[in-house]
Amino acid sequence: MDWINILIQGGLLGGFYALFAIGLSMSFGIMRLVNIAHGDLIVLAAYVGLVATWYTGLDPFSTLAIVVPVMFALGYALQRGLLNQTLSGGLLPPLLVTFGISIIIQNGLLQGFGAYDHRLQEGSIETASLHFPGGLSVGVYPLVVFAVATLAIASLQFLFYRTRLGRAFRAVSDDADTAELMGIDNLKLYALALGIAMIFTALAGVLFGIRTIFAPLSGPIRLILAFEAVIIGGLGSMWGTLVGGMVLGLAQAVGAALDPTWQILAGHLAFLAILIVRPSGLFPRTRD
Amino acid sequence: MESVRVERATKASRFFALFAVALLATLIAMPWWGDAGEMRLVGEMAYYVALAQLWNLLAGYAGLVSVGQQAYVGLGGYALFYLTGVWNMNVYLALLLAGPFAGLMSIPVSFAVFRLRGAYFAVGTWVVSEVFALFASLIAVLGAGSGLSLTPAILREISSDRDVRDTILYLMSLTISVVVFAVVYFLLRSRHGLALTAIRDSEPASASLGVNTFRTKFIIYIVTAACTGVIGGLIFLQKLRISPEAGFSINDWTVVVIFMVVIGGIGTLEGPFIGMLIYIVLRELLADYGTIYLMLMGAIAIAVMLKAPSGIWGWVVHRYDIQLFPVGRRLALAPADSSKR
Amino acid sequence: MTLLRTQNLSAFYGDFQALFGINVTVEQGETVAIIGANGAGKTTFLRAVAGAIESAPEMVVFDGQPIGDRTPHEIVRLGIAMVPEGRRLFPSLSVEENLLLGTHSERTGPWNLKRIYELFPRLYDLRHLPAPSLSGGQQQMAAVGRSLMSNPRLLLCDELSLGLAPVVIRDIYQCLGAITAEGATVVLVEQDINRALDASARFYCFQEGHLALTAPVKGFDRAAITAAYFGV
Repeated sequence: MDWINILIQGGLLGGFYALFAIGLSMSFGIMRLVNIAHGDLIVLAAYVGLVATWYTGLDPFSTLAIVVPVMFALGYALQRGLLNQTLSGGLLPPLLVTFGISIIIQNGLLQGFGAYDHRLQEGSIETASLHFPGGLSVGVYPLVVFAVATLAIASLQFLFYRTRLGRAFRAVSDDADTAELMGIDNLKLYALALGIAMIFTALAGVLFGIRTIFAPLSGPIRLILAFEAVIIGGLGSMWGTLVGGMVLGLAQAVGAALDPTWQILAGHLAFLAILIVRPSGLFPRTRD
Repeated sequence: MESVRVERATKASRFFALFAVALLATLIAMPWWGDAGEMRLVGEMAYYVALAQLWNLLAGYAGLVSVGQQAYVGLGGYALFYLTGVWNMNVYLALLLAGPFAGLMSIPVSFAVFRLRGAYFAVGTWVVSEVFALFASLIAVLGAGSGLSLTPAILREISSDRDVRDTILYLMSLTISVVVFAVVYFLLRSRHGLALTAIRDSEPASASLGVNTFRTKFIIYIVTAACTGVIGGLIFLQKLRISPEAGFSINDWTVVVIFMVVIGGIGTLEGPFIGMLIYIVLRELLADYGTIYLMLMGAIAIAVMLKAPSGIWGWVVHRYDIQLFPVGRRLALAPADSSKR
Repeated sequence: MTLLRTQNLSAFYGDFQALFGINVTVEQGETVAIIGANGAGKTTFLRAVAGAIESAPEMVVFDGQPIGDRTPHEIVRLGIAMVPEGRRLFPSLSVEENLLLGTHSERTGPWNLKRIYELFPRLYDLRHLPAPSLSGGQQQMAAVGRSLMSNPRLLLCDELSLGLAPVVIRDIYQCLGAITAEGATVVLVEQDINRALDASARFYCFQEGHLALTAPVKGFDRAAITAAYFGV
């Protein structure tokens, strides 16, 4: 009986990982850029939330009203000011520049906040759970986050397929040169794309920061989890990323049930297994 | 009638060769004119240059941008500690075996990560390293989370005298660094090196000319893993203890190495030396300010990538067309043979 | 009035020079043909005008304004639109979405979805299909329609006839007449000399990046054109 709860918990964990992955997926889909600093940006968002709670006394959920615009602006500025310049140089510049940004963020946070663990406190919702007949119990908070992730992906799909802006994003993703010849300002669009991606990064940072402790060097593991969710799900598919996140979460839950210290490792091994057996992921879609 | 011949060395490289020999002699003599602290620093510089040359070979020539080489540092270190500590093997033999062990481990790794390209390959190698680190932290005989320490007996095998031991370890560092450099240098001078340079310049073009790009990259990956393993063994032999966090630390073994190569000049043999010197200078100068030197290196690396992607040495080559380590081939016109007229 | 004038236009791909001092003028309302063999620099010329290749500001003058150093999207906003070689429709978008993409330049004028569908009636039935599912001729029409949606003053057409059957090419060139009737100025790049010359008032012949010959079409000796085309 307990196994069902474990599996549910693992599946819901997928909601977190999907939120992690959205920003990475958008960056790659639209700009063809793998942002090595992505995980550190998630952590940065959590710290922005932390500082917001210190200065406004608001609870973490409410600080999202501050964190989201801040991260949006940061993403827009980062792409516009720095990352747009890396796009024409091949593989190395975007990789190394985002790597550099990652190191700067990590060490900047270290200098500013010290090597301590922090957590955002949201109160009783963190431990609340719904109980169903048969001994089934589902955590309220993971359920809420999973719903947020689903809503996030649905809204992005709406953006991409039902709006003018989304049409422009898809066109640029298909063929950036021709899009420019049709009158689209590619550089501005990329900046907007990263800004929007950072909205979800902000959500990921704050929501995960309520669930788990974070520290200046917590970025890399978040990048790796986001990356694994995207690869398992298949490049180019947002819903695939959600499924990828769930598979990752399930693998981790199973591993943790066998032995708590095996949690992260189980996820990595599932990722590697899928990589070897089905390298294009479960629902691949991108033309590369 | 003029004929052409292929020359390897240039005037600059001949001068530099003399300088390099003189420098090497000075460094070898260091135990007699330097103190323990200085030797330790130069030893560190030596192994960092070696790591940088290897990463440069992998990323700058074979196009394999790996962010997971720290895996082989850790594997080499753990191999050394395990072989000497659990199997009571002679420390020199264990160090020698650490390399092939790391090289062997890189083979299954390549099956997984070679399925990925570009930045995805990079993150994939990182994941693999994390997997090794996690395994190390879970296996009891490897000391699990706290790691292993080198027993005094093993140190005594090298020498019971502390000064002699420091000297031996220092000279080992220097030797391994020179050997690794020699391996990379002669590799690049050889036909394989020509293949690599072709791959570096254009992979599709070189493939179309018959260069077996996959096999070349595969071999390079294994060779660099093995060499990195030996260096890892040496590093932790000097540190006296190893833990999963230290052994597989991306910050210690990959981040700074990448910055060195990128700032110094990726795809050149001279670049890693320059990058290493800049790193050491920055680190020593800013030692009192925490990790600000890392942020500064990150910022410099970003600036270099945006403004001068071939790094400092790449810029020098572009302006002055110098090559200190002659791996290229030049066409020289030979004077007409007067007896033929 | 002169709508477009290039002055000593030179263009490079890295170190390789593709255009050598090209001087071309296009009057408002004209249809001008640019002909030449493969590699003559015709597409390079169009791309330089459209902004995809950078050049010195005064090398390309549009309506009196130097635009050589402007970005492609700025140039679309000024009123120059290009129908790229090989159609280059966006595969993830439907036909109608491709057409609507032309409106991102936010220019006003006679062209809108309704007018485009009147010009190319077959596109209306296909409008919700993904672009790649159309035939070559239909894709070409959609590509032209997409560029028209930006209401350009100058339309650059790169190899409209590429890979299309003669009867399809004929249909497309017939539509060209309707387009110019609305006042658009057109530059046609073609390898099919006869098609291009039949539709134009003047022509320029490129040869290996140089301007080899220019003249009015009417009454000009086609043999001389062939000689210039092949550089004999």
